[in-house]
Amino acid sequence: MADKNYPIVIYREKEIPDIWKYDVYVANGGYGAFQKALGMTPKAVIDEVKASNLRGRGGAGFPTGVKWSFIPQTEPVKYVVVNADESETGTFKDRQIMENNPHQLIEGALICAWAIQAKAVYIYLRGEYMDVSNALDERINEAYAAGWIGKDIQGSGWSCDVYTHLGAGAYICGEESALLESLEGKLGQPRVRPPFPAQKGGGLYGEPTVVNNVETLANVPFIINNGAAEYKKIGTEQSSGTKIFCLSGHVNNPGNYELPFGVTFRELIYDLGGGIPGGKALKGILPSGGSGPIIRVNDEVLDAPLTYEDMQKFGTILGSASVIVMDETVDMTWVASKITKFFKHESCGKCTPCREGTYWLDKVCDRILRGEGQASDVELIANVARNMQGVTLCALGDFAANPIIHTIKNFPEDFNQHFGAGAATRVLRGDAVPAAGD
Amino acid sequence: MLAEKYAGRIQKVFAKYPDKRSAVMSMLYIAQEEYGWVSPDGVREVADLCNMDPTQVRSIAGFYTMYSEQPKGKYWLQVCNDLACALKGADEFHHDLKAHLGVEEGGTTADGLFTVEHVMCLGACDRAPMLQCNFHFHENLDMDKVKALITQWRAESGA
Repeated sequence: MADKNYPIVIYREKEIPDIWKYDVYVANGGYGAFQKALGMTPKAVIDEVKASNLRGRGGAGFPTGVKWSFIPQTEPVKYVVVNADESETGTFKDRQIMENNPHQLIEGALICAWAIQAKAVYIYLRGEYMDVSNALDERINEAYAAGWIGKDIQGSGWSCDVYTHLGAGAYICGEESALLESLEGKLGQPRVRPPFPAQKGGGLYGEPTVVNNVETLANVPFIINNGAAEYKKIGTEQSSGTKIFCLSGHVNNPGNYELPFGVTFRELIYDLGGGIPGGKALKGILPSGGSGPIIRVNDEVLDAPLTYEDMQKFGTILGSASVIVMDETVDMTWVASKITKFFKHESCGKCTPCREGTYWLDKVCDRILRGEGQASDVELIANVARNMQGVTLCALGDFAANPIIHTIKNFPEDFNQHFGAGAATRVLRGDAVPAAGD
Repeated sequence: MLAEKYAGRIQKVFAKYPDKRSAVMSMLYIAQEEYGWVSPDGVREVADLCNMDPTQVRSIAGFYTMYSEQPKGKYWLQVCNDLACALKGADEFHHDLKAHLGVEEGGTTADGLFTVEHVMCLGACDRAPMLQCNFHFHENLDMDKVKALITQWRAESGA
C-alpha cells in the first residue's frame, strides 16, 4: 500500500527534496518554530513538549518534556548533548536525518537549548559518520551566519553555541553516561548513577545536561509550530507521533520508513518492505536491533500495532525500532552467536558480569555451532546470561543477555539440532567461528 | 610536529571545549592522519597538546576501534559482517575479499596497500554488503564492484 498517505514529520526531503539547504529549509518555514519558542518562556516550551507525549526515540522511550523539566534552572551552566552515536546493530535512521534534513535537527536542539537555557549544544556523532559530521559543520555555520546560533540570539539576550564532536568506534558511547565521559576525553565507560545527567555533578563537565537522540529532537520543531494537540493526532493514545523504522535483513526493500505509531509489522515488512526475497517464510524479527528480545513470527505478531505498549505484550520492546527480518533458512543459534560477538566486542570491560559473561557466551556458542557442544550447553549459556541481567552499571549487560535468553526461549529446536548423532554443524566462512583447536 | 603543521585545525578544536582534554579524540585523528597510525611519537604530541599523560592518551587510543596502534595499509578496508549485513552475505563477501587480496584477517598486502578486517555495525544495514575505506563508506557491494574499486585505488596510489 505504497499509496497510503502517511504523515511526515522528520523525513521531509520526501516532499521537499533539497530541504537540507538552508534557503530551502527557511523557505518552508524553517527556524520558525525556534523563533516562536524564543517568544515563549522556557517553561512554556517544556510544557508544550510534555503535553505532546513525545518520548525518546533512541530506545528507552523516556518522556522528553519530563527529561527537560528535571534540569535545575538555578544552575548557571547547562548543556544539551545530542546523541548521534547510532551504533545499535540494524539502526541507520539518524544518519538519514543528518544528511537530508540537518537544519531540523539543529532547530530542535536549539529549542531544547532555549527551554533549559543551555550554554552550548554538543552533537556527538559516531566516528564512522565523519563525512556526515563535516557536512553538518557547514549547516551549523549557516545557522551561525543567520543569527540562529551565537551571541544574543535574535535579540533574546541569550547566547548558545553548537558544536559537533566525533566519536571513534565504540557502541557503548551511545549509552548517555559513557557518551558524556567520552566527550570529556575519557574512556567511554558508564558512570555510577545517581547523580543523573540532569543533576548537578552528573552531566557534561558536572553541569546539568539533557541528552537526547537525533530523531527525538527532530520532532520538536513540529510540536512547537503546530502544538502538542496536533502532534498527538498522529500515532496512538500512548505512543504519539511518527517513528522511523529501520528495516534490514531478509526483505526486498530495506531502508528507513517513517510511519505513525500503530502500523503493523505486516504493513512494514510486506506492504512497504516488499516481502521476503524468494517468497520465503518469515521466521523471526528483532524489533530493536541486537539488544531487544527476538520474537517468533505468527499472524498475531504480524498484525499487532507497532507501539511501545503493544510490543511489551510480546515480551519485547519497540526500542529504536531497528527491525531486522530473518527468513525460514536462518539458524537462530547462529543469530545468538552473531549478536553475542557484537556485545563481546562492545563491552567496555568495566563491569565483570558483562565483560566475562559475553566472553564465555561467545566461546560456548562457537562450540555449539562447530557441532562440539552438548545438550547441557543450552542451560549453561542461559544460566550465564541470566546472571548478567540487572547487575551492571548500564543496560549493555542486559542487552547482551537478551540474544541468548530469547533465542533459546523462542527457538529451542534451533539449538537442539546441534547435538547428538547427525548434529547440524554450521560452517561459517569469514572469521565468524574459529576452527576447532584454534 | 602536529602543533605547527595543523595549528589552525587544532585551534578550532580547542575552541569547542572548556577543557583541553575533550579535544583528545580529535587530536588522535590528526595524529593518525599525519603518521598513518597512532605512533608513540603521535601519542606524546597529543599528550602535550591536551595536557594529559601519554599513558592516558594511549588508553584512549586503545579503547576506541578507529584508532590504529599498528601501521596499516594505505587503504584500510573494514568490512561490516554484523548480523544485518551477514544476512545479506557479508561473511562470504568478507571471506572472498580477503582471498582476492591474499590476506588473512587483519593482514596487509605485501605491497603495503590494503589491510582487511571486519568491524561491528556501521549503520548502513540497508546497503549491505558494505565496507569503509579510510572511514569513507562504500555500499551495496559485490565482488565485481569491490574489484573495480581495488583497481581504482591501485591506480591512484601509482602501484
